[in-house]
Amino acid sequence: MSLLNLHLKVWRQHRGQPGHFQDIEAREIPDHASFLEMMDIVNERLITSGQDPVAFDHDCREGICGMCSMQINGVPHGPERATTTCQLHMRHFREGDTIWIEPFRAKAFPVVKDLMVDRGAFDRIQQAGGFITVRTGSAPDANAIPIGKEVADAAMDAAACIGCGACVAACKNASAMLFVSAKAGQLNSLPQGQPEKDRRTLAMVRQMDKEGFGHCTNHYECEAACPKEISVRWITKLNRDYAAAGLREAFVGRQEAAEGGD
Amino acid sequence: MSSVVESLSCFVRSSIGKKILVAATGLVLVLFVLGHMIGNLLAFAGPDAINAYGHLLQTSLHGGGVWIARLGLLAAVVVHVVATISLTRQSRAARPDAYGRQKAQVSGRAARTMIWSGLTLLCFIVFHLMHFTVRNIENFGGPDYEVVLDGEKMHNVYKMVVVGFSHVGVSAFYILSMVLLYGHLSHGVSSLFQTLGLATYRSERIFKAIGHAYALLILVGNCSIPLAVLAGVLK
Repeated sequence: MSLLNLHLKVWRQHRGQPGHFQDIEAREIPDHASFLEMMDIVNERLITSGQDPVAFDHDCREGICGMCSMQINGVPHGPERATTTCQLHMRHFREGDTIWIEPFRAKAFPVVKDLMVDRGAFDRIQQAGGFITVRTGSAPDANAIPIGKEVADAAMDAAACIGCGACVAACKNASAMLFVSAKAGQLNSLPQGQPEKDRRTLAMVRQMDKEGFGHCTNHYECEAACPKEISVRWITKLNRDYAAAGLREAFVGRQEAAEGGD
Repeated sequence: MSSVVESLSCFVRSSIGKKILVAATGLVLVLFVLGHMIGNLLAFAGPDAINAYGHLLQTSLHGGGVWIARLGLLAAVVVHVVATISLTRQSRAARPDAYGRQKAQVSGRAARTMIWSGLTLLCFIVFHLMHFTVRNIENFGGPDYEVVLDGEKMHNVYKMVVVGFSHVGVSAFYILSMVLLYGHLSHGVSSLFQTLGLATYRSERIFKAIGHAYALLILVGNCSIPLAVLAGVLK
């Protein structure tokens, strides 16, 4: 184990007030610490010296909950591919490095404090259509509905999205298309999602627009930043599903829809 | 009826709906650029070829064909520009506070500067129309620019092109604009397949390659004309 001395530039901000970067010296950080553990060490020292600790989001610390965020040196979750901030280890940094640490920035993700942002916009998009309507109660038989292996695998790839918001943070336009396309695409791929497919697609995209996210300009920074490596092909599918749903909404009446079986 | 209009207007006002409009009008313009280039390359086949081609365009459908094309292209340009400006404004508003550090991992310069290459190209189009269509920058009309071919009097397009591009400054502006068009097309053509929902895991690389090849083809083809005039090949 070796120890690292790092210069941190950390964003400090209270809700609704202008923020600034604070220079913090992080001395003697063990290189096997995770990035969040490094923040813990820094915060302990800030508290000991009577200063305000840096607020940041975290929960499971094993890469599956989607709580940790942070723009590290200009990249969401830091420089490693397919990695959340909690899975990023300090051995990827070098002695004397300057590390810029900022919140995920988007109008739809207002800063709560320092590095914590309110990602409630994602919840509201999910509530608008990211579900299927089923009778709850006794569990249905497993495999009662046959689903092709390829379809199940693809839906599972989309379902890997942990809703962390790295796609929004990485996008030049603060677009939420990768998140929305993964959440809509997962259900739109499966037989259980078919009855509400159009309604879901339209509602989720409309909620996304309402929340004030930007649009997709096909740069694919989201895919590069995604800790779960969600593919931008889900965005292609959302574009396709949305066009079809929009045209059907405009031109197809209830009766014709019934004839079509959806 | 009104519910159809209502639904459609709601559709085109959404972010994806606007993008689809941009892609569809972009496709029209992409195809036009190729046709326009092929027509212009007739200059290399000699004065008669390009003059006859110009005359054909002017007189098709008793002179109506050219106006149908002009109005269609005008509509495509207007929708393309209005929708992209609206989308860009929304996206700027979506990130009011800039990052202290932001690192692009995969996107290229051409993709990140689409709005600027696009707006410069809009200025170029206005100049180009004033130059060779309205002809109020330099006088390309009158008896000096008339030619008789197969007993028909027609505009001497060939002479206009040669005289127009013999100014180094004008040619330089055309070539600069074509370099910007190269960037615009190299991102735009492959983007089109993504926005229209046609790209797949397997075809995506092919579409990307098509985008770059198409952009290069247009760059080389269009720049060859002013360069040939300056080099004295076309005279």
